Amino acid sequence: MSETLNQEKLLVSSSPHFLKDESIPKIMHTVILALIPAVAASVYFFGLRALLLILVCVGVSLLTEYAFQKIRNKPVTIYDGSAIITGMLLGLTLPPDFTLFGAILGSFFAICVGKQLYGGLGFNIFNPALLGRAFLMATYPVFMTTWAEPRTIAKAVDAVTAATPLALAKFEGKFAPLTDLFIGNVAGSIGETSVIAILIGGLYLRYKGYINWKLPLGYLGAMAVFGGIFWLINPVKYPNPLFHIFAGGAMLAAWFMVTDMVTSPVTPLGQWIFALAGGVLAVVIRLWGGLPEGVMYSILFMNAFVPLINKHTRPRVFGEGAKEGEIAPLGGS
Amino acid sequence: MAENNVSLWGEFKKGLWQDIPPFRLVLGTCPTLAVTNSVKNGVAMGLATLFVLFFSNIIISAVRKYISSQVRIAAYVVIIALLVTVADLFLAAVFPAISKALGPYVPLIVVNCIILGRAEGYAQKNPVVPSMIDALGIGTGYIISLAVMSSIREALGFGSILGFKVLGDWFEPWIVMILPAGAFIVFGSLIAAINYISQRKSAAQKALG
Repeated sequence: MSETLNQEKLLVSSSPHFLKDESIPKIMHTVILALIPAVAASVYFFGLRALLLILVCVGVSLLTEYAFQKIRNKPVTIYDGSAIITGMLLGLTLPPDFTLFGAILGSFFAICVGKQLYGGLGFNIFNPALLGRAFLMATYPVFMTTWAEPRTIAKAVDAVTAATPLALAKFEGKFAPLTDLFIGNVAGSIGETSVIAILIGGLYLRYKGYINWKLPLGYLGAMAVFGGIFWLINPVKYPNPLFHIFAGGAMLAAWFMVTDMVTSPVTPLGQWIFALAGGVLAVVIRLWGGLPEGVMYSILFMNAFVPLINKHTRPRVFGEGAKEGEIAPLGGS
Repeated sequence: MAENNVSLWGEFKKGLWQDIPPFRLVLGTCPTLAVTNSVKNGVAMGLATLFVLFFSNIIISAVRKYISSQVRIAAYVVIIALLVTVADLFLAAVFPAISKALGPYVPLIVVNCIILGRAEGYAQKNPVVPSMIDALGIGTGYIISLAVMSSIREALGFGSILGFKVLGDWFEPWIVMILPAGAFIVFGSLIAAINYISQRKSAAQKALG
């Protein structure tokens, strides 16, 4: 008895008393694992060139983070995995024949401006990968919208430029078959085409409890319902709801970008607002905007509102009392 | 400020680094962002501003004792508006292409904070000669700032400076640099660089003395 007391002192601390074995590196490494199916699909459909793009993005992201933190005399956090995710997500959203220099530039911008200039992980307002992509979209608008046919390893053909299903739907009124979209056998950003591969990773993350179901479901649901209204009005002109959520970057964004812990709201109501408004906005850009795809801008736009949403959807803290104009629950003067 | 022992060189020099307008004073940022997509436009804008600033400082300093302080801003704006009209008509008559490229930004010099700022902060308290030197320093600093901004943006956005190709054919222009977003990126980076250098400088001075 006395021995035990000597060994383990009585620890007195405030709550929480139950601690879970979670940490930033653990979460990030799980997300990396969840992205592996999408990477595999991108290599299957677009060849080793896709792998090269992703590796370059990851490498430059890590290098930028390391260099920035060394120069600023800050603790180096390249092992927590967050820079790897930024690099992977950026790489997965690039067209297959994108220049390597462009990939380097985009990764540098994503980490340097999108993340480190705000103060590093946890302080960035915008999703770094999407900010890097938006920068590339403005820097190389032609390269960023030059797509290629999928060239699976089985039928190795040279790059044939092709329009994405979204561009075909928007400008020519042709809708790609849903099975092709589901499997990923269409032109598009290397990691965005295969719905099944992304779903495997996303559901794994959901199973591990690292993403909140409100965000992907709200985002995809809003896209399907809002897009579906116009499909019901005119099914010839507007694509059907499933097409909306299967085509373009919707799937990847819904599971891996909308759910970014840093750049999404923390309150339950705020998460609904963020996801639903983002989904509606994406469809608005798709149907009436100048670009065929609106997922990237819809998320970046909603990212900007996150501090405001958090502020105004804060649930009342126990013991806080009534708001002005409300009847005080107890003992109000 | 003591009027007699002002070092004129010092008054000139402060506009080039210590008080360099858009980066240190953060005044006159609107044209800095809007017209610096090519060196030609940037420098033309800088020269027009220098012209207005030079004469407005001289006139305001000369009449500073006759303007009652209640109506001074209105009086300054009338003087500045006159000079801006001169600059605007001159550009339209002699360099119509530049005038067209600069668009509304030449008439907008009238509300450029650098000019009213120097009138308020310097010319109304100092005699004519120091005010003139002050205007020259600040105006030159502004031209240099616009030239640096526009060189970076034109080089990256078109691969050229003043229309001459400086980057080879291998270079794929960064379209973003000639868009407003590029202006903000370059502006922010330059402010950061200047703050970094001056922090290093003051740290070195502290270490010495």
